[in-house]
Amino acid sequence: MGVIDQFLNGSATALSLRQKRLEILGSNIANAATPNFKARDIDFASAYKNATSGGDLVTTASNHIGFAGQGLEPSSLYRVPASPSLDGNTVELHIEQVQFAENATRYEATLQFLNGRIRTLRSALRGE
Amino acid sequence: MSSMNIFDISGRAMAAQNIRLNTIASNLANVNALAGSKEEVYKPMLPVFETKTPMGQPLSGISTVDVVDIVRSTAEPEKRYAPGHPLADAEGFVFAPAIDRDQEMIDMIETSRQYQNNIEVLTTAKSLLLKTISVGK
Repeated sequence: MGVIDQFLNGSATALSLRQKRLEILGSNIANAATPNFKARDIDFASAYKNATSGGDLVTTASNHIGFAGQGLEPSSLYRVPASPSLDGNTVELHIEQVQFAENATRYEATLQFLNGRIRTLRSALRGE
Repeated sequence: MSSMNIFDISGRAMAAQNIRLNTIASNLANVNALAGSKEEVYKPMLPVFETKTPMGQPLSGISTVDVVDIVRSTAEPEKRYAPGHPLADAEGFVFAPAIDRDQEMIDMIETSRQYQNNIEVLTTAKSLLLKTISVGK
């Protein structure tokens, strides 16, 4: 992996996981009135760890093949409802909305980090 | 559908809520549509919502909602004694549809709120994507 790739990859991975989470939370909100729908979410911290590191496999020799991790397909988990509803739907709109807003803000923050890194690279290239 | 993005998810959910709003409007519009027999009287419409996941990825956590069917309520119509009514049957009864106005109004508010929620999701996703397009500029 090139040095520029390495420099930008962290933010890119985070951005793509945030996007995935945006879609999952959007799905929960879309299904807020569907009977028997179970709300899902991903654990961002562990998903990010899986996507960026080689998982738990340790390579001790140069010809060991590292574990590629789960990549950008995080496993989604079911949300545990605070107060289950009669129709079997576990979407609690207030929770989903808060999580959605938080995720959107963090997406934007990641975007700014990425922009900052690109600016840094550019100024390094220009030698200003 | 093989893949789904946030626009498909919220867009289809809004379409589903729109159908639900239409059935509520139909039910409320027909609340006073009397008829001369149990069979002829208006039967309230109820949309059936079902979760749709992208093809082959039922566990990805991504899903939207579709109205798969609109069923007619089997609730017993209200029987009213009104011998003077032009539609009254031989015994002097007319039939009113089994529509619960309060329930319909509550459903209407819920539908409208959920429609708004989906718009909010779309607006947020759109502004984030627009910012992503201009990354590095």
